[in-house]
Amino acid sequence: MSKAPANLKYTKTHEWVELHDDGTASVGISDHAQDLLGDLVYVEAPEVGRKLTAGTACAVVESVKAASDVYAPLAGVVVENNATLSDSPELINKDPYGDGWIFKIKLANAADANSLLDSKAYAEFCASESH
Amino acid sequence: MTQEPYRNLRPTRWLLKWGSGSIGTLTSLHTYRSTRMAKRTPLYSTHLTMGGKLVDFAGWEMPINYGSQLEEHHQVRTDAGMFDVSHMTIVDLRGTRVREFLRFLLANNVDRLTQTGKALYSCMLNEQGGVIDDLITYFMREDWFRTVVNAATRDKDLAWIRKQAKAFEVGVEERPDLAMIAVQGPNARAKALSTMDDGLLNAAKSLETFFAAKHGEVFVARTGYTGEDGFEIMLPTDRAQSLWLALSRAGVKPCGLGARDTLRLEAGMNLYGTDMDETTSPLESGLAWTIGWEPSTRNFIGRQALEAQRGKTTHKLVGLVLQDKGVLRNHLPVKVEGIGAGEITSGSFSPTLGRAIALARVPVGTTDTCHVELRGKWLAATVVKPPFVRNGKSCITL
Repeated sequence: MSKAPANLKYTKTHEWVELHDDGTASVGISDHAQDLLGDLVYVEAPEVGRKLTAGTACAVVESVKAASDVYAPLAGVVVENNATLSDSPELINKDPYGDGWIFKIKLANAADANSLLDSKAYAEFCASESH
Repeated sequence: MTQEPYRNLRPTRWLLKWGSGSIGTLTSLHTYRSTRMAKRTPLYSTHLTMGGKLVDFAGWEMPINYGSQLEEHHQVRTDAGMFDVSHMTIVDLRGTRVREFLRFLLANNVDRLTQTGKALYSCMLNEQGGVIDDLITYFMREDWFRTVVNAATRDKDLAWIRKQAKAFEVGVEERPDLAMIAVQGPNARAKALSTMDDGLLNAAKSLETFFAAKHGEVFVARTGYTGEDGFEIMLPTDRAQSLWLALSRAGVKPCGLGARDTLRLEAGMNLYGTDMDETTSPLESGLAWTIGWEPSTRNFIGRQALEAQRGKTTHKLVGLVLQDKGVLRNHLPVKVEGIGAGEITSGSFSPTLGRAIALARVPVGTTDTCHVELRGKWLAATVVKPPFVRNGKSCITL
């Protein structure tokens, strides 16, 4: 069974969000997503300074099996992206919620996060998607 | 025996076209419910125990990987890995006129096989010169040749072979009673030999490349589909599991079909149904070297069609290495400046080179560069002569 840590929020497009106290949030893809994709070989993260609206395709993760878009979970500006993924895309497979984080955004509106799924709702969503 | 529904993932649909990729689509493919009952090899339960992720391949439930297809690929290039290839079709041809039959059936020249156990890679053509399948044939005795054909083409191949064999009174016996395990890598032979008892060991250890030997019920061939040294071992189904476990104890790691595909592509080996099919000639599929033109008096199925094409083909199969980041996919368009258009046949990623590689069918005038359309952009690719990797090392200047 895929893990979905309780302290994180999730989207229906399989991104996870970690909200920080300073109004920023880290974003990556879930364990369920990395499992479906298989070994990742390329990651295209959004450039720092880019303005994102919620739901925009802003990154690409690519495995031997498939290329998949990653969508901005919330509106904001990209303040950092994970440079180590360039040489080590497999970090997303090995540690999707930790070292496999993809980018960080400064949220336009912290309250937007309330629309995201919690761990339990995300797990239920994944289960329903496969039937 | 009760039939039960099962879940499978159709391999051809994993490769999502750019722009339509999403994890959600992968989820729904992952649990696709098939209406067909998939076949299982004798190693099915062992694959599950070892963490194999099973998918549908040509109607068989086969492991796509055991956790990481990249690690499995590197394992074969640097040490030893094993593949369950029991889904492939083993056919024994028997009679007094088998050689005469194969001279007619195969595009390559079976008279190259003069020593016992020698193997031949050949295409089997239709009258139009299109490829029905590619295969390996082993000369064991004048009255017995063994042939291995693909899993996906089993039914049509058997029907074709049986039909053509009638005129030569050759017996065509499929061997579903045999399983097959491929052990591949620089340490594959040593590790496989360490599992064999004296009689088989003596027969196997002296095998030269592209030769086979039989000892008792076990048939060992020094052949493979990875570009590495190793064996393909055919043995009774009830002995397959104990061999697999013995190989595992000897340090051979289980590897799935995902790694098998990246390995064969790096080695420049064609995949039937993807790089060539009944509508393509071997001459436009990088397989001209497998045609036995001499002696000119040898009539074989498709010869006349090939003679007419010779020197007049418009397309050829080449290797591509992508200079940018990105993974190449089957069917991506190729543009050759001032010359014309082509298409990728097999596109993937080379774990050994760390970049995308492909086989592509392009106009014959193509020289050393072209462009490939990937996710809406034309990216530069270098044209190379396969293989991309040999003996674990790159053959290409990157």
